[in-house]
Amino acid sequence: MKRNGVPIVAAVLALALVALLVYGVVARRDDTSLDDQVKRGARPPAPGLGVALPALEGPGRQRLADLKGRVVVLNFWASWCGPCQREAPALERAQKRLERSGGTVVGVTYKDYPKRSREFVRRYGVSYPTLQDAKLELAPKFGTNKLPETFVLDRRGRVVAISRGEVSPAFLDRAIARADRAEDAA
Amino acid sequence: MRRALLTILAALLLAGGLGPAAVPAFAAPPRATLDDLEDEVMCDTCNVPLNIADSPRADQEREEIRDLIAQGLTKDEIKARLRDRYGPQILALPPSDGFSLAAYLVPVAVAVALVALLLALLPRWRRRAPGAAAGGVAGGAPLPDLSPADAARLDEDLARWDRGRR
Repeated sequence: MKRNGVPIVAAVLALALVALLVYGVVARRDDTSLDDQVKRGARPPAPGLGVALPALEGPGRQRLADLKGRVVVLNFWASWCGPCQREAPALERAQKRLERSGGTVVGVTYKDYPKRSREFVRRYGVSYPTLQDAKLELAPKFGTNKLPETFVLDRRGRVVAISRGEVSPAFLDRAIARADRAEDAA
Repeated sequence: MRRALLTILAALLLAGGLGPAAVPAFAAPPRATLDDLEDEVMCDTCNVPLNIADSPRADQEREEIRDLIAQGLTKDEIKARLRDRYGPQILALPPSDGFSLAAYLVPVAVAVALVALLLALLPRWRRRAPGAAAGGVAGGAPLPDLSPADAARLDEDLARWDRGRR
């Protein structure tokens, strides 16, 4: 009996389309693996340590790997983001505190017009280094697709705390203290 | 003769002096406008073209484009500058590599599949059609035989319906 291959081809094509749709949905889902590890009390290595981002002011690029040996508060922000404006004073206070122990806050702008980023830095008296992630080379590695988000790294470059949303002074105090204590943790 | 030579020389000098200056002025591309660029640039946080985006980031992108227009950049130069700064996703046309290639390939594949399906099914439909017509009505069920009384009643109904139409 002669069999017609058309239904088989149509089924294969339909399956391929469904697979493509599923891939598209799954690929766009938020990556929470980092959050899950930190919630469990683990201290996963910070992703993207080797990514070199351009500085907002002046020439040159900087990598998170260059800051190993220091407690780092990594903050993703943009000048168009309201909560980022509200949390700026708390981050500047954290910077003053971290400076005394050799640590630093590092700001990373997310899809922001550099002209407006510089205005933001001046308006809020930001004294810590700020890098630009206009092409999103670093933010997605931390699962960042909303603003603001803050990650606290210990001296070994491990993530000890995550704040997805506007950061509070209490969170910063606790997280920086935990990063300081993280020295002996496995 | 001397006058003619002088005239030719003057014409050549004029052409030499004006030519290079005049050509770029005529060849200059039209000045870019925000209206023209808005539908070709994406609001990169809202994932819609800028001309229908309403967000602080969209406003900031419009400001950046206005600044680039003010610097005298052409439309293509502005798009290239935005792509260099924010990556290819900033442009409304998807990139033609990686997963984004699917945006170009899937519609073509679907169209080819539909044509193939039609080509395969049409002969079958055409083969079925004559058989259905021979059977009577489109559904294929033969008409029942009418009794003389039913036929008379049907004629009467049809005549009444005709009168009603007039």
